[in-house]
Amino acid sequence: MSVKLRYFAWVRERVGKAEEDVTPPADVSTVADLMTWLAGRDEGYAHAFENRKVIRAAIDRQHVPPATAIAGAREIAFFPPMTGG
Amino acid sequence: MTTTIRLQEEDFDAGVETAKLTEGRTDIGAVVTFSGICRDHEGGRGVNAMTLEHYPGMAEDEIARHVAEAQSRWPLMGVTIIHRYGRMVPGDNIVLVATASAHRQAAFEAASFLMDYLKTRAPFWKLEERPDGQDWVAAKETDDTAAARWEKDKQS
Repeated sequence: MSVKLRYFAWVRERVGKAEEDVTPPADVSTVADLMTWLAGRDEGYAHAFENRKVIRAAIDRQHVPPATAIAGAREIAFFPPMTGG
Repeated sequence: MTTTIRLQEEDFDAGVETAKLTEGRTDIGAVVTFSGICRDHEGGRGVNAMTLEHYPGMAEDEIARHVAEAQSRWPLMGVTIIHRYGRMVPGDNIVLVATASAHRQAAFEAASFLMDYLKTRAPFWKLEERPDGQDWVAAKETDDTAAARWEKDKQS
């Protein structure tokens, strides 16, 4: 299953790109699994996802908790806690 | 209800936007506006500029969801939210929240609710430029606490 990933703020800077298409292995079934899988890709990803508790995620532009299944997702975004306003 | 939600790089005029909310109407008795402005200091240190990054598409959706929720909680007659992105220097406008209602309490509370949610749920991130370098602004626990009080109110 190919899915579009998007990264924002310091997650984007550490990963080194704003977006990419990935095909995670079949055993990656939740947002938390995806973060673990990404963290194992290289140093940049490891740095971005070193403290997974602070990273927020959105599936198809809606906030989701880490235990959410990624099946059927078109776009998954990872970003730090928001600081707008 | 008149709803205006805009994300834009360019500046806005809070007075003009507020006037639009009440234009041609005589049923509105209260308008509350909040303007967020880029300031030149944070935590005792100087700030030269701020760059706002956002998640296009999601930011609009998330704001619209919260405007809909505000509408379901208070008898609002109009809401305007404008949030800028890009680079801003001290003194520049960042955000405008304006709420209109027949009475002041709904307008005050809805504006406060919308700002608290913008701070913690709308996908925007601030990069602060200081004389000695730049850093992403860390989320404040006080902002989470401010947003959480509306959750408590909802349950009670």
